[in-house]
Amino acid sequence: MSKYVPKMAEMAALMNGQQSLLTGKAPASGWLETPPEFRPGNYCYSAKPEALNGLGLPHPREWDPAEADWKLPENWMQLMRDGMKARLEKNRAFKLFMDVCVRCGACADKCHFFLGTGDPKNMPVMRAELMRSIYRGEFTTAGKILGKLGGARKFTEDAVKEWYMYYYQCTECRRCSVFCPYGIDTAEITMMAREMLHLIGVNINWILKPASDCNRTGNHLGLEPHAFVSSVNSICEDLEDVTGIAIEPSFNRKGAEVLFITPSADAFAVPGMYTMMGYLLLFEHIGLDYTISTYASEGGNFGLFSSNEIMKKLNAKMYHEAERLKVKWILGGECGHMWRVVHQYMGTMNGPADFLEVPKSPITGTVFHNAKATKMVHIAEFTADLIRHKKLKLDPSRNNHRNVTFHDSCNTSRGMGMIEEPRYILNAVTNNFHEMDENCIKEKTFCCGSGSGLNTEEYMDIRMRGGFPRASAVKEVKEKKGVNMLTAICAIDRVALTASMNYWVPGVGVSGLHELVGNALVMEGEKSRTEDLREEDMDVEVKGADAQAAEKEEEKDV
Amino acid sequence: MYNAKIILPVLLVFLGLLTYPLWSQKASAPPVLATPLKGEHCIESKDWMRANHMQLLEQWRHSVVRDQNRDHVATDGQHYNKSLSNTCLDCHQKEQFCDSCHTYASVHPYCWECHFDPKEVNHVH
Amino acid sequence: MRILLPFVTTLVLGAAAYFFAQAGAQWFLGVLLPYLAFVVFVVGFSAKILSWAKVPVPFRIQTTCGQAKSLDWIKANELESPHTKLGVVVRMALEVLVFRSLFRNTWTTLKRDEKNGPRLVHESDKSLWLFGLLFHWSFLLIFVRHYRFFLEPVPFFVPILERFDGLFQITLPTFYLTDLLILLGITALFLRRLVDPKVKAISLPADFFPLFLIGAIACTGIAMRYVHKVDITKVKAHIQGLMAFNPGATDLEIGAIFYAHLALVSVLAMYFPFSKLMHMGGVFFSPTRNQTNDSREVRHLNPWNPKMKIRTYAEYEDEFRTKMKSAGLPLDQE
Repeated sequence: MSKYVPKMAEMAALMNGQQSLLTGKAPASGWLETPPEFRPGNYCYSAKPEALNGLGLPHPREWDPAEADWKLPENWMQLMRDGMKARLEKNRAFKLFMDVCVRCGACADKCHFFLGTGDPKNMPVMRAELMRSIYRGEFTTAGKILGKLGGARKFTEDAVKEWYMYYYQCTECRRCSVFCPYGIDTAEITMMAREMLHLIGVNINWILKPASDCNRTGNHLGLEPHAFVSSVNSICEDLEDVTGIAIEPSFNRKGAEVLFITPSADAFAVPGMYTMMGYLLLFEHIGLDYTISTYASEGGNFGLFSSNEIMKKLNAKMYHEAERLKVKWILGGECGHMWRVVHQYMGTMNGPADFLEVPKSPITGTVFHNAKATKMVHIAEFTADLIRHKKLKLDPSRNNHRNVTFHDSCNTSRGMGMIEEPRYILNAVTNNFHEMDENCIKEKTFCCGSGSGLNTEEYMDIRMRGGFPRASAVKEVKEKKGVNMLTAICAIDRVALTASMNYWVPGVGVSGLHELVGNALVMEGEKSRTEDLREEDMDVEVKGADAQAAEKEEEKDV
Repeated sequence: MYNAKIILPVLLVFLGLLTYPLWSQKASAPPVLATPLKGEHCIESKDWMRANHMQLLEQWRHSVVRDQNRDHVATDGQHYNKSLSNTCLDCHQKEQFCDSCHTYASVHPYCWECHFDPKEVNHVH
Repeated sequence: MRILLPFVTTLVLGAAAYFFAQAGAQWFLGVLLPYLAFVVFVVGFSAKILSWAKVPVPFRIQTTCGQAKSLDWIKANELESPHTKLGVVVRMALEVLVFRSLFRNTWTTLKRDEKNGPRLVHESDKSLWLFGLLFHWSFLLIFVRHYRFFLEPVPFFVPILERFDGLFQITLPTFYLTDLLILLGITALFLRRLVDPKVKAISLPADFFPLFLIGAIACTGIAMRYVHKVDITKVKAHIQGLMAFNPGATDLEIGAIFYAHLALVSVLAMYFPFSKLMHMGGVFFSPTRNQTNDSREVRHLNPWNPKMKIRTYAEYEDEFRTKMKSAGLPLDQE
């Protein structure tokens, strides 16, 4: 599939044969004596100067992580020191997590990257120690005196390289945080490390390019307004071909009740576009007064993977546009990291959203008190409420050709506590829903392996390894329950899991939740069909308006 | 300072509890033991007895109950009857002697469950 | 070296105290050192707590380990994803008192399979939870039991505790269960740092030292109680003298093992605020556990929320006006 990863059989053999910390073999040298090794497939390309310039980030230059000289700014050490000091004074979580870890090891085997690579530095505790050792060496008296004996060290270029490798080998999925007795959140540490690396111009292109594009064009894909519109319209055409339902969504329309924002990937490519079809059918079904913005055409926020400043800058567009369009509230599509930002940062960063109203479903009258301040509702909450109030005409048998399992996205499960809503919907729109191993779902879910901006081609080796724990659990339900569809409420998942399922568990597709909702919706005026939204054969035949009319004709004739 | 409204009171309560013994009590004198009613010296040195009498009594109990051996030879060669009631309490008074230290140091020996008043042992089961 | 050095340090500390006590340094070991240790502990502990308190919590980032409160008919998990302050208090209590998160722990193994490819198997693993719980609770109960020395008259809870701790009524003085359990806990916590290669790889001298130190404290304490006995009325009188800031009025001729015990405790107290042992205070501060999960309902304030220049819609329209017009998009300025 990719030149950056061995074939699956080779990888399986490698993993079977590994003698690593995962299989109980102690590493040959201590971690402080083991420098990182950059080889094709295990690191992301550095950010291009254009991307840095687009966001006004310092030290844009051409450089290559695989080369010895990273062309760091002359005063890089001072910049890092100051950056760390500032963050220790600004973020309690960061300071606390530097101080209280007891290295009990509860997190050690919780990271998908550790389970996929066996690399000691992928144990969350060790990942944090990469930072903590420098904290001790630079900022604590005991560390300064005891040095290496106290597990302390100073900033070095090798340490920077190590940070680059391992803080971009963490997807900020926060699974370790669930198991930590002090709730230490490695994502928080990774985010601080990435922020600090930005100070010296060390960053990756696959995050900064989309972030920069999003700033300019409104979405990560860099689709300019006309391109975005035509992309959505072409999805509508496909949708009409399949279902016979013509939908013309409005763009940038003032006075709509709801502003709908979803990750731009849904508006662009498979399999996300099938999820988009699901949204469009749903809104048509209930007659929602909504509009889509080209300016705020991105639900996701790659600022989350770079720095709180960029995150704030990109996120601000949502409220800015909602205010301009004078909508009442915002409805958000299926996306993991988007919802981490919306749930945990948006109100703080860009609120208060006084110009909006407390979200109220125009169909059921349900008031979403849980979104009282932020005024943004997750589509799974919205749809679950519709189903509960029997406002949707659903035929779950239209999904009978799908044996579904649900992948909880890290951010929605561990960052929001959204666990039951998607399951409630799945049970309503399908007849065959099977859970995976209980240690791999809900708050204990595994990352897809490519989150937090690591979903890039040149990183395929690590991505497939990181995706292995999830794939292993899917494989089990495939064999035991015949599962053939992995459903997720995350745009990155839909892309990343498609790759990792093709690699590890061929035969299992990946869909969004609302693709299955769309499939099951019985639409007024739909045409007869035997294919689902993907134009794949269904088990059942849909008798649409045309067939019903024909039947009536026949009856008349008889 | 952030969240001071929660952090400071809790910290103060913690420190208060921690330092409670320092400010809550007046200087207390260790118990003064009553002079034994008779006898010139204990069966072993005073210092040894203060730390180890419980062990001696346990040995006595064992050898009397299991081996019917009531003869104790002290370090100085003198012979004593191995009996809490008849030897120890012959000179020492329970309340003014034994109990004063035991109460002071929160020691609750179960000797007295049987030996409280040896003349009126009341076996109620 | 990571293990040997803290081990030898502990031994040397204990032995030195024992030797110096015999050589007549009771005043230093029994009076100066405990006072110094107490001051260092109180000041150091408070300073560390305040150093955390000084730093703001900019964002409301919880780790939700259960269903959030959302729609009325969906059962929310108030303990794992608390929506109210009460829920947070209960969540924290479970975390602090019974180590809720460790209870969840799993053990993952890679099952090699040449035919079908490797698999991961996840099993529940309660060993760390159990030994951690044994160790911490024993430590706490033993500490509380020591109030028989700190307070005169002895407070009511001490005899009650002693009664439960000495439930078996074997040996004389009565054998305390916690004495055994703390050693069991320490031994297990030590052994897992040797036996599990993962934990071994992450262990620092700073992880072994407290284990050895507390182990040595427990051992000297146990030895003092069962083997190498000292006159505990003298001990209490001495402690009471310290408490009343009137040390030295009492007889300092207490067994050397007492001074070894006291010196090791003093070292622990002085080491505490500067070490990972501060997790005792830190656990209460964890933002992922001690905040309500209501970020969309109540706006959380960040004191340093930066002013950011954003790319406004007007700027966007300016750049793309022609293209927007040709795509039939409404414009603010024609």
